[in-house]
Amino acid sequence: MSLLKKSAAELADMLAAGETTSVALTQAHLDQIAAVDGAVHAFLHVDTTGALAAAAASDARRAAGTPASALDGVPIAVKDVLATEGLPTTCGSKILEGWIPPYDSTVVAKLKAAGLPILGKTNMDEFAMGSSTEHSAYGPTHNPWDLDRIPGGSGGGSAAAVAAFEAPLAIGTDTGGSIRQPGAVTGTVGLKPTYGGISRYGLVAMANSLDQVGPVTRTVLDSALLHEVIGGYDPLDSTSINEPLAALADAARAGAAGDLSGVRVGVISELGGEGYQPGVQQRFDEAVALLVQAGAEIVEVSCPSFVHALAAYYLIMPSEASSNLARFDAMRYGLRVLPEGNDDPSAEDVMRASRDAGFGDEVKRRIILGTYALSSGYYDAYYGQAQKVRTLISQDFEAAFAKADVLVSPTAPTTAFKIGEKLDDPLAMYLNDVATIPANLAGIPGLSLPAGLAPEDGLPVGFQILAPALADDRLYRVGAALEALLEKQWGGALLDQAPTLNGSNA
Amino acid sequence: MTESLISYDDAIAAFDPAMGLEVHVELNTNTKMFCGCAVEFGAEPNTQTCPTCLGLPGSLPVINGRAVESAIRIGLALNCEIAAWCRMARKNYFYPDMPKNFQTSQYDEPIAFDGYLDVEVDGETFRVEIERAHMEEDTGKSLHVGGATGRIQGADYSLVDYNRAGIPLIEIVTRPITGAGAKAPAVAKAYVATLRDLLLGLDVSDVRMEQGSMRCDVNLSLAPKGSEVLGTRTETKNVNSLRSVERAARYEVSRQATLLTDGTSILQETRHWHEDTGVTTSGREKSDADDYRYFPEPDLVPVAPSREWVAELKAALPEPLRVKRARLQTDWGFTDLEMRDVVASDAVVLIEQTVAAGTTPQAARKWWVAELTRRANSDGVELTELPITPAQVAAIQALVDAGEINDKLARQVFEGVLAGEGEPAAVVASRGLAVVSDDGALGEAIDRAIEANPDVAEKIRDGKHAAAGALIGAVMKDMKGQADAGRVRELVLEKLT
Repeated sequence: MSLLKKSAAELADMLAAGETTSVALTQAHLDQIAAVDGAVHAFLHVDTTGALAAAAASDARRAAGTPASALDGVPIAVKDVLATEGLPTTCGSKILEGWIPPYDSTVVAKLKAAGLPILGKTNMDEFAMGSSTEHSAYGPTHNPWDLDRIPGGSGGGSAAAVAAFEAPLAIGTDTGGSIRQPGAVTGTVGLKPTYGGISRYGLVAMANSLDQVGPVTRTVLDSALLHEVIGGYDPLDSTSINEPLAALADAARAGAAGDLSGVRVGVISELGGEGYQPGVQQRFDEAVALLVQAGAEIVEVSCPSFVHALAAYYLIMPSEASSNLARFDAMRYGLRVLPEGNDDPSAEDVMRASRDAGFGDEVKRRIILGTYALSSGYYDAYYGQAQKVRTLISQDFEAAFAKADVLVSPTAPTTAFKIGEKLDDPLAMYLNDVATIPANLAGIPGLSLPAGLAPEDGLPVGFQILAPALADDRLYRVGAALEALLEKQWGGALLDQAPTLNGSNA
Repeated sequence: MTESLISYDDAIAAFDPAMGLEVHVELNTNTKMFCGCAVEFGAEPNTQTCPTCLGLPGSLPVINGRAVESAIRIGLALNCEIAAWCRMARKNYFYPDMPKNFQTSQYDEPIAFDGYLDVEVDGETFRVEIERAHMEEDTGKSLHVGGATGRIQGADYSLVDYNRAGIPLIEIVTRPITGAGAKAPAVAKAYVATLRDLLLGLDVSDVRMEQGSMRCDVNLSLAPKGSEVLGTRTETKNVNSLRSVERAARYEVSRQATLLTDGTSILQETRHWHEDTGVTTSGREKSDADDYRYFPEPDLVPVAPSREWVAELKAALPEPLRVKRARLQTDWGFTDLEMRDVVASDAVVLIEQTVAAGTTPQAARKWWVAELTRRANSDGVELTELPITPAQVAAIQALVDAGEINDKLARQVFEGVLAGEGEPAAVVASRGLAVVSDDGALGEAIDRAIEANPDVAEKIRDGKHAAAGALIGAVMKDMKGQADAGRVRELVLEKLT
């Protein structure tokens, strides 16, 4: 089997055993990017020189017997929303074109400290606003399962890079589902940790109270291994939790034995049925049946407030975003546009012209929504009310977790849709995140893993597992168990069934 | 339009002023409010910055624990309640010197609220109620180059220094001050002066108004005498000295009274105070509908000071100002009237420091309240802004005590120090001010005086020592003041008795 198809855990083992080198691995992935990324467009920037230099340094450490971490030398792709010192960071927006951050985000600093060569920065919906990566100012990313379809969003670039074997690992961010929904529609694994579990320092904020960084991988164990590298307390992030990380990789390894005896699994009745594509529902139901076979006890739980989740999300997220995006004013960095027909523009004129030219329609839509929702006289009715819904959703989760150790649902209501299909219908686009948003509003962790292909279109279906705050390890245990049972049925990884891309070395 | 304003006395005869004061205080923490950058005044522009205080994409704030502690101590010293739980909030508006285009401040959950500060004007005590004291970060500083006004309008270009961005500020807001009548401007000045001394005593800020580490906005409105309804207010900014607080308030009383008497309504607006011309001019129109879209800062966790900590901080507060002033008056042996003059001259702390440097309280009072206050008034500056330190005043008095100079020469030494000629000893040397202690030269001058005033000399010989004053005066004149009058007296009596 080609190096490219191996999991990060397998690659790490090969590096440890001296069966390959980081330079060889990194070069193989750079070659794959060169071969297929013209069609996929997962990357906005590829750092060939930096990645190979980091790989050589990693090999030197391995040779000296002093690897920096278990994943030392395994290359990774990073979503373009995380600040990388010396590498462009655009957030998929024209307004940050050409900006080179003078500092590393904490997650990137941890990746570097752990020895993972950074292949480049991945495409995304502008400022992470979208569910299809079509809102990138630099053009859409294509789903490796069907290049005419979306790879999900906002982290479509990271998910597609992993699905197209351009990177064994990637970093995503998840505000309303931007790790999990792309994972679902590309047949990959993605996890949003407990809020505060992974530092947000250097993550260009969309909605600060919802955003989290997380792993994007092809296996549950790889997610756990990467999570252990990037997670934990960061004094630079006040919302970071000052608690030791649970033993995540151990939980995944234990789960892979396939025994879920005594685990109570709650099926959320509000997230399924009507509005869900039949093939998605079918694969979900089959996966639940597998959990029962593994010894899990299934309970039905109801979360009545979830019906308001999308509405609350679309008030809180744009409110915070409207304030976060105010700093892009052409005064200090990024795009600067001079207004036409104005020989003597004021600072205000330049701000206006730059923001008009630099932001895309979806970003403008959310700035307008958020500005309105925070305005005096509307604050209580919108932002204030949405915060109350948030409390209700947390209470629903609390009640549900009293009956179940983990909760499950389909990750997204449908498989990947066609590029352009929902671009003119923002509400239809927003509905993609209906099952993922409640976890962000409540700050609890969620994992998506492949549940198979929908019979009607042959496209990947995602299975979501949710756990209480700080119980991320449960997701790895249950997720790894389900993954093992499913792969036994499939006779291998789901991605083995994906079409081979033109020129692919995988 | 200054000439056409009705006089302050006429204005105050017809209208009652209501004032609200907003004072911003830069804390003297080692680092900024939300990052580890230094806060030193006067550093090269943009050298004390990092991703957080520059508001770079992705950066995050972490609150400065020492700033929270200072805020709580200020609140306690102002007799405020301290919130058990409060949050920072974002105040959203666009301005180039604000790196994030929102200021991280506090909105409806200030750390301290419902307090008061008693201030004295002409021996009368006024209680100024404190509505709130809240924490926030300072903005950067714009320098508008070109254009006549130094304001952004009309400037060729603007430079921004972000060294100040993120410096911890405490904003202290009073409730409307009413019922002070004609004394309202003096109450405003006394409030700011008292607040400054209180903050100095807490050692939480440099409180240098001329450097901007303490800044005052004066809100003022007028209501027809006897009316309970507050009029439309203006907010005067850029009031950066104690004198200006009083002058700006007096000016606004006259200006608003003139408009109201003409039947013109007051525009609710921000006005700018001009120290040089003594007038306020219209700034930005401001209304209560100004919408800053405040919401809780999601990047910071709530501040929840434990009651035990607050109690500890309260127990460790320095003695209250009123108690301290009463003690100082007793220690110094000043009469009530003397102490009132000291307070009115804003010289309490200066005298305290001068006494600490070894001068007697009376001598310190004499120089600060008489000599230097007169000088400050004629220069149009604050007493504290005169380029002379308590240590220098003490050094001058020490020279007097040592007999090297007398009071008259001392005044010339003060002039020299104020003119930047160096330390007192250097001024004495360079101006050749030392008292002539050569008994030979003095003896000759005394002989000349005796010769010129034989009748006076005769009286002294007859035992009327009180007559010596006339001879001493003649000798001092002869010596151009550079003699020790006490020594002259001794020599005169020696010669004639």
